[in-house]
Amino acid sequence: MNSAAASLIGVLPDNLLLGIETDFLTQWQFWISVGILAGIYGIFTLGLQLNVGYTGILNFGQAGFQALGAYAAVIFVVELGINFYIALPLSIIVTIIAGILIGLPSLRLRADYFAIATIAFSEVIRITIQNARDLTGGNQGTISLELDNGIFFNESWLKVSSWMSENLFDPIGLSGSEYLGLPLLVVVWGFLALGAFVLSRLVRSPWGRVLRAVREDEDAARALGKNAFSYKLQSLAIAASLGAVSGWFLVLQQGSVSQEAFEPIWTFIGYAVLVLGGLASFSGVLFGSFIFWAVYEGMRAMDLPLTSDKDAALRFVLVGVILIALMALRPQGVLGKKEEMVLGE
Amino acid sequence: MEASSVSPEGPGATGIQRFREYANANPAQVFLTVMGVIAFALLIGYGLHDFAQRSVNGIVTGSYFALGAIGLTLVYGILRLTNFAHGDMLTLGAYIALFFNVTVGVPFIVAMVAGILLTAAFGVLTELTLWKPMRKRKAGTLQLVLMTIGLAFVIRNMVQLFAGAGQQRLDINTTDTIQFLDLTIGRTQLIVVIIALVVLSAVAWMLRHTSIGRQMRALADNFDLAETTGIDTNRIVIFTWILSAGLAGLAGVLVVASIGSLNPNTGFTLLLPLFAAVVLGGIGNAYGALAGAMVIGLAQEWSTLPFEPQWKTAVSFLVLIIVLIFRPQGIFGTERTL
Repeated sequence: MNSAAASLIGVLPDNLLLGIETDFLTQWQFWISVGILAGIYGIFTLGLQLNVGYTGILNFGQAGFQALGAYAAVIFVVELGINFYIALPLSIIVTIIAGILIGLPSLRLRADYFAIATIAFSEVIRITIQNARDLTGGNQGTISLELDNGIFFNESWLKVSSWMSENLFDPIGLSGSEYLGLPLLVVVWGFLALGAFVLSRLVRSPWGRVLRAVREDEDAARALGKNAFSYKLQSLAIAASLGAVSGWFLVLQQGSVSQEAFEPIWTFIGYAVLVLGGLASFSGVLFGSFIFWAVYEGMRAMDLPLTSDKDAALRFVLVGVILIALMALRPQGVLGKKEEMVLGE
Repeated sequence: MEASSVSPEGPGATGIQRFREYANANPAQVFLTVMGVIAFALLIGYGLHDFAQRSVNGIVTGSYFALGAIGLTLVYGILRLTNFAHGDMLTLGAYIALFFNVTVGVPFIVAMVAGILLTAAFGVLTELTLWKPMRKRKAGTLQLVLMTIGLAFVIRNMVQLFAGAGQQRLDINTTDTIQFLDLTIGRTQLIVVIIALVVLSAVAWMLRHTSIGRQMRALADNFDLAETTGIDTNRIVIFTWILSAGLAGLAGVLVVASIGSLNPNTGFTLLLPLFAAVVLGGIGNAYGALAGAMVIGLAQEWSTLPFEPQWKTAVSFLVLIIVLIFRPQGIFGTERTL
């Protein structure tokens, strides 16, 4: 890994190679943060898997749904004073409605037109967040997580988190600042596992069989009396709600939100996770997300002798190379099923 | 789209149905009428001077959009490839020109030519290493689209790896302005418009009147049929990439010349407005893309009269969404023509 990265840049003198920081690999803190990110983008990508892997629709707007879920939840709690545990399901409802409104006009379109339409919708959402300062508060859409009367968005979560630390992790010796992320890790992966389980049952149900029939041959499904459009819309709405859930966790993990976290590249990173794990495989999403974030965060922690923008660029070059190589050599992904890979003309 | 071409003639047809029928038969007329009404309202509301000034800005924007959009639509028309890396080809061209103009220190025009040629060469390289092998394997839409996204990541971040993420400027005068009828245009911007119009006219002429242009249109119409009539498809495909990528490189150089500065993300942020122009003009239709680009350029700049300027990219996305919903085959010309 190190030497590959070094030869890629070609600027590292040999004596520096051994100096590259690798201690992080044995630290809990690093693996906890990798795990949280892998979990958040795993939930995000479960939705893409349902859309792309099982329904054959190219949803390029997942980051927009994530943004909507995150901002709706924060606005409900901080600006409208709604209880945290009511705000979360409300934000899912908002996102599902958005998914239906976006899907209704655009799901009739061909695969590549639908992709362009959804990316445009997600950019409209992001630019609105960036510019509607009255609604989102801070500069450039960075939302303030604190209410005037001192209520924080994450107040309820912090209570749960500290309860979990005291009662679950401290007794088994996992106390201290390096284990602070453990409660979030457990909750995020709980949601991810639950989501993967429910979805994998769903796609094996009669409902899921129709979904796959739509993916294989929409006209044939329609000829059998199935409302293909309605199934595609349901698939998109479910993906949107998963996007919203990943949005809340992103806010809880980052502590604040900026619209930059919802740029289209994050949808594309979801696709990298998706094809890395494999199409039409929910366990592939878990696997792909973990591998992706371990490598991505690992490269970040290596502390290469580059400025931070060039260091980031190197990681994204790697994302691009992974995408190109997978599409050329193994389009169904590592754990995907070749016979389930149909998204042709 | 297909369903709506069934004409609801007869006594049962309501006014709305008649309008729909008329709009489907004359989409460009209806669209341009709506746009004309909006323009007239803005003209009345904000006065001739402000309206004319924004229109001048819109033409500058539209001219580099047009150069980018033609390449995007040609590659789609001939190769059926929706190229999400096209915006980053603009970035590549601009940075190559920046390198020659600022680091090496050659005059702007020479740097521009270098930007065009090297971007065109890069386009041919991607054809030979990626797109040709993928076509042979009959790759599907998902595979191709994700590959262009991977390529977009690679181009943008290789640029950032070498040049950094900061704003960069060309070594040219971008502050001099020219006054004309009380309107202001940057001297460089005027040169940008002139270069773009000359090149666009040459491309339009080439597509219509030269043998290679006719062969390109034949390929866009029906690739397999064109191949059986003895057209050397390999040669035409390579030429398409030279043209598409070369024009993208030129567009990128003109973007940095008229905006004044750029960063590695600039090209990608232009991708959606370019798609808007292409879809508006009917995807695959080069003349349509040209008209669509001018419409998008004007719409974006006109929107700065009633709204704050930070909303202007959202305007092109909204046009894109509206056109995709109501008329995905585009406003200008019919589908599958070039």
